[in-house]
Amino acid sequence: MQAFLQNLLNGIAVGAIYALIALGYTMVYGILKLINFAHGDVFMLGSFVGYYAGRFAIAHMQNTSGTWTSWIVAGAIMLLAMAACGLFGYLNERIAYRPLRNAPRIASLITAIGVSFFLEYGGQFVFGPDPKFFPQLVEKHVLQFGGITTTNYQLIVLVVAIIFMAILQYIVYGTKFGRAMRAVSFNYESASLMGIPTDRIISLTFVLGSALAAVAGILFGLSYPKIDPLMGILPGLKAFVAAVLGGIGNVPGAVVGGLLIGLIESFVSGSRFSNFTPAIAFVILIGILLFRPSGLFGKYEAEKV
Amino acid sequence: MKRLPWWLRDLIYGAIFIAALIGASFGMDAIHIVGIAYYQRIIVLMGINIILAVSLNIINGHAGQFSLGHAGFMAIGAYFAAFLTYFYFAPYVNKFPVGTEQFVLQNALLLVAVLLGGALAALAGYLVGLPSLRLRGDYLAIVTLGFGEIIRVIILNIDKIGAARGFTGIPNWANFFWVYLFCGVTILISWRLVQSSVGRAFLAIREDEIAAEAMGVDATRYKVKAFIIGSFLAGVSGGLFAHFMMYLNPDMFRFLKSFEVVVMVVLGGLGSISGSIVAAIILTYLPEGLRLAKPFLHIEKDPRMVIYSIMLIVLMLTRPQGLLGRRELWQVLSRRKEAPTEEPDATSRS
Amino acid sequence: MPLLEAKNVTIRFGGLTAVSDFNLTIEPHELVGLIGPNGAGKTTIFNILTGVYKPDEGAIFVNGKATRNCKPFDITALGVARTFQNIRLFKELTVLDNVKIGGHLHYKYPSASAVLHTNRFHGAESIAEADAIELLRIFNLEKRAQFYARNLPYGDQRRLEIARAMAVRPKLLLLDEPAAGLNTGETIELMAKIHEIRDRFNLTILLIEHNMELVMGICERIVVLNFGKTIAQGTPEQVRSNPVVIEAYLGEPVEA
Repeated sequence: MQAFLQNLLNGIAVGAIYALIALGYTMVYGILKLINFAHGDVFMLGSFVGYYAGRFAIAHMQNTSGTWTSWIVAGAIMLLAMAACGLFGYLNERIAYRPLRNAPRIASLITAIGVSFFLEYGGQFVFGPDPKFFPQLVEKHVLQFGGITTTNYQLIVLVVAIIFMAILQYIVYGTKFGRAMRAVSFNYESASLMGIPTDRIISLTFVLGSALAAVAGILFGLSYPKIDPLMGILPGLKAFVAAVLGGIGNVPGAVVGGLLIGLIESFVSGSRFSNFTPAIAFVILIGILLFRPSGLFGKYEAEKV
Repeated sequence: MKRLPWWLRDLIYGAIFIAALIGASFGMDAIHIVGIAYYQRIIVLMGINIILAVSLNIINGHAGQFSLGHAGFMAIGAYFAAFLTYFYFAPYVNKFPVGTEQFVLQNALLLVAVLLGGALAALAGYLVGLPSLRLRGDYLAIVTLGFGEIIRVIILNIDKIGAARGFTGIPNWANFFWVYLFCGVTILISWRLVQSSVGRAFLAIREDEIAAEAMGVDATRYKVKAFIIGSFLAGVSGGLFAHFMMYLNPDMFRFLKSFEVVVMVVLGGLGSISGSIVAAIILTYLPEGLRLAKPFLHIEKDPRMVIYSIMLIVLMLTRPQGLLGRRELWQVLSRRKEAPTEEPDATSRS
Repeated sequence: MPLLEAKNVTIRFGGLTAVSDFNLTIEPHELVGLIGPNGAGKTTIFNILTGVYKPDEGAIFVNGKATRNCKPFDITALGVARTFQNIRLFKELTVLDNVKIGGHLHYKYPSASAVLHTNRFHGAESIAEADAIELLRIFNLEKRAQFYARNLPYGDQRRLEIARAMAVRPKLLLLDEPAAGLNTGETIELMAKIHEIRDRFNLTILLIEHNMELVMGICERIVVLNFGKTIAQGTPEQVRSNPVVIEAYLGEPVEA
């Protein structure tokens, strides 16, 4: 029973991180029908921004033991990462994706893969390929209750993830901008005819998604401190599977999908198939696409002939 | 020439081509310049990439499907052919004394191994294609990517063929002749196919699948056919690759390899056979060219992949239709404009 | 035996019943029109008849064969060809190739024949070429045989779609708004052409149209659809003066 609860907690914690990344995939696909291959690498970028900012902060702040300051600094670092990734997301869309909106699909696909490679290999070139250790932004405590071991990091991950998901939920369903986003994802032409500034909405969608990926990157860095420029590949893939599982284009679905993938990974890692390799992720993905392509919550769109 | 029965005509063309290849082979060996072996190696690798690009062009360019898993089929062909020669054919051939008999036997068995490798890859293409080809564009791409990875991981776990250590000791039976022979075969198949009713069906599916089905084309069957032919040829290229490099490692067949072939096809122009050939030649040479330029760039670390990805993005932004678009080289060179447009009041939008 | 029979055909998309209890029988050599306001379900019926959609209820028979579970190309093989409301030509192919693909079922051969250029290949290709050029001649397109389909002016594109459908050598031809976007002169030419091919090739034709001149001018029988249901059926005169039909198109009469 304890093992079960432990796995459950671990699964939800890592699943929350996947959910944050999955949201970016699902929002961009909902709006542009484009799979943003580079999104996983934006997550990596967030981690690295956190890494360098964290090291800078620790080096220049002697009194990091004061808990209040370290929390504020950590928060500032997270915001910085969000801003950096948001900016990257904006530039990415503007420079690489927008000009190809009317070009054949494969051009966007290749460009997206190109951006992904650019981040990965560029990261190796600039940061160096060897793994780095993500700094402990706040003091780490190990907690034990009912036989389950956890750290305050895991709780931070859960709380922060929930906060941001709630914020996103509010944005998408409670603001004018969110309504515009949903309108554009239903029907691009009609939305623009209704006076919605589609280009701006699309840009903001990318910024939002990238910011969430940055949050995920920071949380991931705290949870699994070894980071390297290729770290975005596997989580990115898993998050994409999560988005498809939940029904790509469906925002709550991405959250559910992320949690499910996290739970699957957590329970599987305790068993024979401890290597949750890309192959297993692909098997799940292929299974979904073949048997239930609209995912759990997605709608099947019939093509008008 | 037209009066002869078709099989005799094909036979004569084939004989001429083989004679030319043998001539070129001897010619290349006869050139005694220092460092020529390096260029010979690049030329052979170009040939292998030509087979890969032209075969992927059948799937992605003619039939309009997004396959991102071509390296997986290459891997199957490579490992299976190597398995056959290393464990069965080579030991048998080595029993013979060196001489004409052994020479003929060795080449015949290489042919058998490579073709069987291709056949297994074709079977894989069928198994992958059948369920996947119901999916649209991006999803098909992801699924084929996935299958490529799954194939690689499966090979990674088979100990008998080397797993992660790699498969060494593959006999060096492939050479310029064999690689370019299959180049010719691949180009012939692709060219004649696209000129036929099969090719028209492919193109129709690419242009508008629903209209194609309305005209009687069984879209799924033809898509699978494209997959099978493309993956067969990829498997053949793998078998040749194995017997030229004499070493195999699953890392050679990662997604990056599939992506490189996709770039070749897109750079050349999706649907253009000559475009795929030209792009394969350029992109095979490019890493070598960049490596030679490195001393002039004063950078210790290897920026090749970063440059490659930037080039890719720029290419897609500036000329997404590739070098030749959908046309063939001779059409572009003869300055034949796209088939005539109307007088000024036409509603054309070329 | 009737060439086409649709019995109690119903199809729903989500909560919307697009077509409800549709019945139609077409005898060989008839020229039938299907009309109704936009959104009435006409093209949906075409899609069901040609196998693009599967009906939720009901059955369809082509020459006595049940086709409800058939794929579109199987139905084409039974001798049913269609054109599309929005013109779905193969844009990057030549006019000639477009027509050749229409005849795909009549000229196909195995890939091996294609690669080896066997006699079978040569034979089939020369027949395909000859047939295609002949059809282009009938539709006055033979001079544009090497044009890319996307470069054709609109009227030519519409005619090419019909030529392509004719290459199927159909018994039943389904035309979806063949006169859409044509001016009066072109429409009159089209009417004559439809008569010509009907008689020359012994066709049965079902067409969807909004252009009343064409419909009333050439159709022998007209079926009127509204909100997925058949509201009237009969000769042009009967339909023209039917108050239900008038109400569907123009609304209720105003009390004077």
